[in-house]
Amino acid sequence: MENIEYIIIESGKAVQPFNYSVGMYGSKFFHELKNNRKFVGVRCPKCKKVYVPPRKVCGDCFVEMKEFVEVGPKGTIGTFTILRFAFIDPETGTQKPIPYGYGFIKLDGADTLFQHYIDVHDESKVKIGARVEPVFSDEKKGNIKDILYFRVID
Amino acid sequence: MAKRRVAIVGTGQTHHRSHRPDVNGQELIHEAVTRALEDADLSIKNIDAIIIGNMDHFEGINYVDCWSIDGSGGYHKPVIKLTTGGTTGSTLAIGGYHFVASGMFDKVLIIGWEKNSESDTTGAITTAFDPVWDRLVFAGAISGLAVEAQSYMAKYGATDRDGARVSVRDRKHACNNPHAQLRKEVTLEEVLASPMLADPIHLLDVCPRTDGACAVIMASEDYAEKITSTPDWIWATANRHKYTYLGDVNWGELDSMAEASKDLFKKCGITEPRKQIDVIEMYQPYSFAGIIWIEDMGIVPRGKGAEYIWSGATDMGGELPINPSGGVIACNPIGATGLIRCAEAALQVMGKAEARQVPDVNFAVSTGFGGCMWTDMLLHGKKKPNL
Repeated sequence: MENIEYIIIESGKAVQPFNYSVGMYGSKFFHELKNNRKFVGVRCPKCKKVYVPPRKVCGDCFVEMKEFVEVGPKGTIGTFTILRFAFIDPETGTQKPIPYGYGFIKLDGADTLFQHYIDVHDESKVKIGARVEPVFSDEKKGNIKDILYFRVID
Repeated sequence: MAKRRVAIVGTGQTHHRSHRPDVNGQELIHEAVTRALEDADLSIKNIDAIIIGNMDHFEGINYVDCWSIDGSGGYHKPVIKLTTGGTTGSTLAIGGYHFVASGMFDKVLIIGWEKNSESDTTGAITTAFDPVWDRLVFAGAISGLAVEAQSYMAKYGATDRDGARVSVRDRKHACNNPHAQLRKEVTLEEVLASPMLADPIHLLDVCPRTDGACAVIMASEDYAEKITSTPDWIWATANRHKYTYLGDVNWGELDSMAEASKDLFKKCGITEPRKQIDVIEMYQPYSFAGIIWIEDMGIVPRGKGAEYIWSGATDMGGELPINPSGGVIACNPIGATGLIRCAEAALQVMGKAEARQVPDVNFAVSTGFGGCMWTDMLLHGKKKPNL
């Protein structure tokens, strides 16, 4: 075989924007979050499990859910990690600021976990089972970034 | 139910590396395919159908079934693509089994491949998760695995030293496998001193990114014993999904593996997996899974995984060696990874695993794992299964 230098062709900074539908259930969640700073879940009529974010169908029971319930805003840390490696966030194309707390919050009254940032200024307080509350953004956008992060409360 | 028996009669793998700039996708696939055909002493003319797959978005081009004909040998043959994220390779194997067991095709070529070097792995993996609810805090494969490990540790008191012991095992085993990417032993201290990526996962607790391909040939009973004197019979397959958003997951246990294991073992009459299974090739993308998932599989009771690992039972020469190939921590061309587990289990049953051979293998298990907490499993056996 010929001894040559192997060439790599670069794509350049390709960008492909999308427009995501969140449906009626997702829209209700974001309206409540934006207008009233409240969290909305939905209860399964069969297994009674409360889902956050709300969605139309309980996957376990495969039945339609219609009963909206308010959950949170406080909750407990269900599980978490602290991200310490630098990586490019594919949603923004820029490097994600590290370290950051990657939290799964069990909002009061909910049975599933809600993902968001956890404040890790004092890492010793960030533990599974710790009580947390949301810190909201001043700007009301009607998306997940209306919450800045959750912080541990004593 | 299977209409007829199915066996693996040949396997082929590339020599997996972090970068293969000397070949493009088709050429990488071609290497594995020609090796599998040579192993089975077949020509491409003998192949009735092809199943191929990888994990979309790693290469910036989808639809490998369309553009890879030079590599796959699929010219004027039925070709179908399967892709299920991390489980792609094991799903390909299950799909191949279905093709042959159903009576539709006699000899099927199954191909899994990936050129992970062509993109940012974390960015590509993120595209598999919900853009509105899952992506804000998501950090690729490592974040989900880290929260699983945190949950397990909080529940059962395992430590990062326990995790490191699994990395030490797999990296040692990889030294016996000429196809593995990382063929250098590591010590407990080296694992614990490697950079913390996401608590409690260190750099040496997780899989690398790899360029590689694997091909497996399955044949019906009518042909299998004519092709090889040592076919690897597929006794059963199982697969379970349980996920909508990441927040729905029961973190700390892999429910899908618990359910798939029950299903797989019930189908085959396995009542004491620890005694009846001789070797496991587990899709174990990070060290802690080596502790947690053997509990889900029913090998040991809940909370006893670490103790079993420390006893040496899963090392080469132990009661139940796990990952003689070095597993995923030593090598991870994602779309091929699950199929490599299947091929390695087949080599063990066929007695062709060379320096990594476990003696007298009657039953082997291979698994697949997807970041959405899915599980695929296959049971491989030396004897023919009952129909």
